[in-house]
Amino acid sequence: MSSNYLDIIRPGINTTFQDKGRDHLYHIGIPFSGAMDNRNYLIANKLVNNNLDSAVIEFAYQGPHIKYSGEKINCAITGDVIFSIKKKDTEIEGNCYESYQIENGDEINIISTNKSVYGYLALGGEFDLKFQWNSCSINTKANIGSNDGKKLDVGQRINLKKINSNKDIKKTNYINTKIENIRVIKGTNFDYFSEEGKKIFYEKEFTVSKLSDRMGMRLEGPKIDNIVNTNIKSEGLIKGVIQVPADGNPIIMLSDHGTIGGYPKIGVVASVDYDRLVQMSPGSKIKFKEINLSDAENLFKLYEMETQNLLSQI
Amino acid sequence: MIKNISNLGDAALYCDFGNEVNKSINSQVIKYFKTIKEKKFEGINNLTPSYNKLIISYDLKKTNFKEVKNYVENINAQDSKDINSKKLEIPVCCHENFSMDIKRLEEILKLSREKILENFLNKEYFCYMTGFIAGMPFLGDLDENMRAQRLETPRVKVPKGSVALTEQFANIYTFESPGGWNILGNTPLDIFDSSKEDTPNLINPGDTVIFKEITLDQYKNYNE
Repeated sequence: MSSNYLDIIRPGINTTFQDKGRDHLYHIGIPFSGAMDNRNYLIANKLVNNNLDSAVIEFAYQGPHIKYSGEKINCAITGDVIFSIKKKDTEIEGNCYESYQIENGDEINIISTNKSVYGYLALGGEFDLKFQWNSCSINTKANIGSNDGKKLDVGQRINLKKINSNKDIKKTNYINTKIENIRVIKGTNFDYFSEEGKKIFYEKEFTVSKLSDRMGMRLEGPKIDNIVNTNIKSEGLIKGVIQVPADGNPIIMLSDHGTIGGYPKIGVVASVDYDRLVQMSPGSKIKFKEINLSDAENLFKLYEMETQNLLSQI
Repeated sequence: MIKNISNLGDAALYCDFGNEVNKSINSQVIKYFKTIKEKKFEGINNLTPSYNKLIISYDLKKTNFKEVKNYVENINAQDSKDINSKKLEIPVCCHENFSMDIKRLEEILKLSREKILENFLNKEYFCYMTGFIAGMPFLGDLDENMRAQRLETPRVKVPKGSVALTEQFANIYTFESPGGWNILGNTPLDIFDSSKEDTPNLINPGDTVIFKEITLDQYKNYNE
């Protein structure tokens, strides 16, 4: 029996363990998975003195309410999240990007994410989780990863196998910036679409639909007209690919996407914008802006440097 | 040979082997896939072979399009050993409990149930690729008179083990999933087993598969 553990009082809507994800498996049909918003995942771990590839609890919209039992431990939440920490005789409203020490009997109540989708809870230590292909990331579609590949559920107990000895309290002033324009690189089937369709894609606004999850983000708006063929021979996909099926509504592939698809690809989201894309909640407006490959590579380099800077200052 | 290499976004190479879907083009794709996989180029994190394409995705923190393209262009896949492939027999039960789309197939193909089964069973099919969902094999080619389109409205839940047809291909649903293929039968075999990390897939690209019919009783007793 582990002496340090969490009890799930309320699981939240879509609460899973995530880490860096798993690679080298697309060819057998297993997607990358991993934390949707990679930057916020890394910051969460850094704030509690973890290795950067440690597992965290990812939640979407409504988060979990958990009770902690055991020795003193640090916790931190990243994203744009409303939460409270309940101690013996007080309840405080928590701030994201700040670590807190919790002790036996304390509760963390993650009410919701605020005008965003994903948030991260890191604990200063290591959860006792099953790894599959070097990752504990839960893929609920294929039931792969820790927790039998299922979302966290009410009444569950999660053990920690290790607690960090470094209990320094950390804080950073990170603010999640919102972007209206998502930068995209032209897709391999761009010429399948009518001139009007291409214009609509780059000039009109699309709305993020409710039918969005870790697999994909569906968009609604003006229809994009296909003039060649609404199907292609099925071929590989990567995250960020924007497919347009026969109905003319784009679907963006996200971290748990099917590895093969047969709809034409109009564009691919530039890696630099992926973390911010996944945080766009249903109802948000999206506009696509075309960039070329070398700009996309340079922008990602800058984004990555910024991430490393942020981490080094924590 | 690769006809053209372009970029798919900023973190993947799109290798086009031609427009046709046939065994000879697909064998080329699989050769490249196996050769690159063995060489473990630093930064490449996924390879997705399909009928006539190979998508190579990489970690943009470690490498970039130019480097990976240059690497792939200088690979000699012809020298690699032949595709190491298996021949597998897959038991399938086509009892009415399982063959959910037999009526639809009879109408579209204008063939009787008996004729459809006779055309489908006991023939060799080639595994072109696996994926979409974990371990799902895409097997071909079906006889010309066996080719039907996808359902207009896909099912929300296709049962695990379903053997299904679309166009020139057959596939097997490795676990319950949404899907729009025409369901002909069901296999009691586990085609995907995530507990076997080294060999989760029973059927791999390049393998040959023959479907053998079993009765409902044999199906029920199969795993005992």
